[in-house]
Amino acid sequence: MLKYRNTLLWILWAVFTVTLITYYVTTIRNKDADKAVFLPGKTSDGHYQIERACHTCHGDSFTNADVIQEACMNCHGDALKEAKDKHPKSKFTDPRNADRVAILDARNCATCHVEHRPEITLEMGLTLPLDYCHLCHDDIADDRPSHAGMAFDTCASAGCHNFHDNQALYEDFLVKHLHQPDHLEKPGTFPKPNLGEIAVLITDYPIDRYPLQKLGIEDHDAPAPIQFHQDTVQDWFETAHAQSGVNCTACHNQMEGDTFTWTDKPDHTACKTCHVDEVNHFLMGRHGMRLDEEKLNRRLSPMTPAMARLPMKKKTMDKELGCNSCHDAHRYDIKQAAVESCLGCHNDEHSLAYIDSPHHELWKKELSGELPEGSGVSCATCHMPRLEKEYNWGEFYHTLVQHNQSDTMRPNEKMIRPVCMTCHSLGFSIDSLADREVINTNFRTEPSIHIESMNMAEKRMIEAGEKKKAIRARAQEEEQAQKQEDSEE
Amino acid sequence: MSKLKKALLTGSIAAVLGLPVVAWSDAATTPTYTPKQLTDWLFLVMSSDRAVYTQKIVNRLVMKEKVIKASEHFEDDKALALPAQMFRFGAEKVAEQTDEFTYSLQSLWPVNKQNAPRTDLEKEGLKFIAENKGENFYGIEELGGVKYFTAVYADVAVAPVCVSCHNEHKDTPKTDFKLGDVMGGVVIRVPIKG
Repeated sequence: MLKYRNTLLWILWAVFTVTLITYYVTTIRNKDADKAVFLPGKTSDGHYQIERACHTCHGDSFTNADVIQEACMNCHGDALKEAKDKHPKSKFTDPRNADRVAILDARNCATCHVEHRPEITLEMGLTLPLDYCHLCHDDIADDRPSHAGMAFDTCASAGCHNFHDNQALYEDFLVKHLHQPDHLEKPGTFPKPNLGEIAVLITDYPIDRYPLQKLGIEDHDAPAPIQFHQDTVQDWFETAHAQSGVNCTACHNQMEGDTFTWTDKPDHTACKTCHVDEVNHFLMGRHGMRLDEEKLNRRLSPMTPAMARLPMKKKTMDKELGCNSCHDAHRYDIKQAAVESCLGCHNDEHSLAYIDSPHHELWKKELSGELPEGSGVSCATCHMPRLEKEYNWGEFYHTLVQHNQSDTMRPNEKMIRPVCMTCHSLGFSIDSLADREVINTNFRTEPSIHIESMNMAEKRMIEAGEKKKAIRARAQEEEQAQKQEDSEE
Repeated sequence: MSKLKKALLTGSIAAVLGLPVVAWSDAATTPTYTPKQLTDWLFLVMSSDRAVYTQKIVNRLVMKEKVIKASEHFEDDKALALPAQMFRFGAEKVAEQTDEFTYSLQSLWPVNKQNAPRTDLEKEGLKFIAENKGENFYGIEELGGVKYFTAVYADVAVAPVCVSCHNEHKDTPKTDFKLGDVMGGVVIRVPIKG
């Protein structure tokens, strides 16, 4: 009896083991299978949406550091370049830094940003202890006596330095913007998108199919069998699309095989025909990253507020995000997309506080015409700022909208130059962005935190000025002494 | 004919006959120069390019024509990059593309402290070129488990603006440079076997 029982148990064990192995092997080999079972830990906020597309980051080999590094750069490389990365890989591949690399291998992103380790993941996906600056710059006080005694974790957390992007924080920039009023006397305005004006100059714009000419309401070219409401045509007629020759078929006729075929619901790939950069940014951000089939190498369902880790409104939880979820199809009202669309879903403290914020007051005044266009501050003003894309070394510029809403957020000092400084002083901007409470009230309150960096920069500037005077005086003295000597000879 | 002579003759004929074939197939890939020659040539290109940029671009437009400034923050100031920056950008671009050689501009009195010599050989080399004007320094060092041939070439203050800018810079540790002084050095490194 015992013998039979043991045999049965062995058979059960064998069947169970084989089934399990088969399940794991087929799951890992199937490109489209749900691989959640392999996740070793909660994925970071930046990547969790695509955590089941393992291949995107791990490639075929799964553990090859070079493949993983290439995947990091494939998505984040351009942003690092634009940020004028202060610690690029090339700094660490230099053999003279081999001893530093032995302590901290900063040649690979994953040294500082390890994925699937929630218990050690800090802001911006950092998984190193906060004293990482100290590993190479522990002698900073020799060079900057003002830094003596500063705590090891204050370099990057006090609004003074970032590992990658210091474009708004470097010393001479601080000095250049000293003693400005918090609210600039002559605030600037944000530029208007200008695709209609420069489309003719962009080689990839399909101008042959859709010449830039104003279309009348009767010019719409939806083919006969297509049923639509007259309001739809009216909506289209009132947009920049109709003003610029973009007819129904421009979006609805999409290439299938070799021919253009009508599609009722064109997706972001249709928008990309003309709005290349906007769609590419969208696919980089949290709204669209799940739709980037090219990078993910598989199809994922669109993002919905239900999947978000931030608080979202209940009524829109199942809304699938694409271009048309924020820009209503046919109307494409960019004003609506700049505030109402955001607040239709976002339900966190900062978003909810916007309505009572001074920025919203300005936005309302812009909408009512009391203030000129570009004076108001919408959600998009800060989170989707306007960018100037240069063509042919400045021959012309395309003013476009950054559709990766995380771009100015990580870290938030990235917002200072393109956004805050249009209306505010640098010092006020740094202080405000360092103050969580000010962010929570959506800038309704003044910052109660003061970052000392500008004062320190000013002090050094004064000292340097005195030093320069002394050096010049000494040089003059030497020159005169030389002249004296020459004349005596 | 002795065996040795015979062998030598046969070998010589074979070598003479075979040489063109070998030269034809391997001329482009067979090393025929020393690491020292290689770094000397690299330095020649680097220093010539830098001299051209300094004289024909920066000095001409800034000093003579007075149409533009040169600035450390050239993008924000809409100015020309300083010659030393232009040199560094080249080095960074090279480092992005190959690890077969690296180069950097260093000084015993750097404006940016990260450009002070770090390895023992760099320290020795920079001291040597400062004390022995007109001479280069060559040595071998091992870094991160790899052996390198390292050459150090003097970087001399060729224009008054080099001197005034460095002496007056708020981050400089030395304020009495004079025209013709060695201000720093170019360090070129190539990995070698053995």
